[in-house]
Amino acid sequence: MARPLINVPVKVKRGETFEIKTLISHVMEPGYRFTTTGARLPRDIVTSFWCLYNGVEVFRADLSPAIAANPFVTFFTVATESGTLEFKWTGDNGFSETAVATIAVE
Amino acid sequence: MNRLAPSPHTSGRHVIAAAMMALVLLAVAGSARSDDIPLDQRRSGYADLGRDSKAMQDDDTANPATFWVLDGEVLWNQKASAADRSCADCHGDATVSMKGVAARYPAFSPAHNGPIDLEQRINLCRTEHQQAAPLPFENHDLLALTVYVGRQSRGMPIAEASDERLRPFISRGRDLFTRRQGQINLSCAQCHDDNWGKRVAGALLPQGHPNGYPIYRLEWQGLGSLQRRLRNCLFGLRAELYAFGSSELVALELFLMQRARGMTIETPAVRP
Repeated sequence: MARPLINVPVKVKRGETFEIKTLISHVMEPGYRFTTTGARLPRDIVTSFWCLYNGVEVFRADLSPAIAANPFVTFFTVATESGTLEFKWTGDNGFSETAVATIAVE
Repeated sequence: MNRLAPSPHTSGRHVIAAAMMALVLLAVAGSARSDDIPLDQRRSGYADLGRDSKAMQDDDTANPATFWVLDGEVLWNQKASAADRSCADCHGDATVSMKGVAARYPAFSPAHNGPIDLEQRINLCRTEHQQAAPLPFENHDLLALTVYVGRQSRGMPIAEASDERLRPFISRGRDLFTRRQGQINLSCAQCHDDNWGKRVAGALLPQGHPNGYPIYRLEWQGLGSLQRRLRNCLFGLRAELYAFGSSELVALELFLMQRARGMTIETPAVRP
């Protein structure tokens, strides 16, 4: 079952750079493996990840088959104003997951 | 005594060959050590992790094992099968009732007339008190419940076995640990007591302490039990794998916990 874990500071000072950590549960099956009977395991990966800060895209990543299960993505952004951080993951087989975190800028 | 030294060969022309063989084996074994690692020289596998893996274990939101812990918490409160009873209905709040439990398992079970590990204890609860089907080993739900219970003992020392009835099983575990096995013909102790800190091929030989199970193993891309890890080692030795839940694996688990007594529980640990 997919479920994201988000770690952002509750409060940051205006203009300060802060770290955002995201972890999502996903098998990240690369599509290059075979079962013991020779059947190919179809690719099943997260392909894209976005982060929107008050509706504005601040980070985007394309994920590839070489990335391990349960992708952990961390990045930084600058605190401008209080609001929400929206996260979105999409992938193979119609995979789609979202998460929201709030942040207070003082 | 050096376990790798072959038994003395003194008959005729084999002497030189045996001596050369002994040299080769000594080169593998390094200097002879005492049988057990001195208590103050024991080190958790955590100490040998890289910076990034340490960071992963240190932060619950970076450790993927957290997914299993969260699932375990849900299962703990979920009613199972015929008895319509959840773990919480008997045991209450796991953060209180399960504190320190993982530190003293495997424990003696009169029903089994021997030790059982945490997974088996959970399954015993399921069959006896919840009238539910036992979960297969390495099943997601069993790992989730085990890691959730294990998590409650994080930071606590592994308990020294005080139950006299466990004594023969601890020594059985020791026998298995020191017995040469498989086509490779090595014992657990030859790597993990005598040669820890060195490398076997590219991989570092850890001391092999069970203080963080179930672990999130990067090689597995998932969570796994101590029994799974032990079977991995046996596979590496090209030995016959003990079945999941077998008395051999439980005896080994018990011996390893006693070998690591007093060490801090890190469940759920991250390992390479």
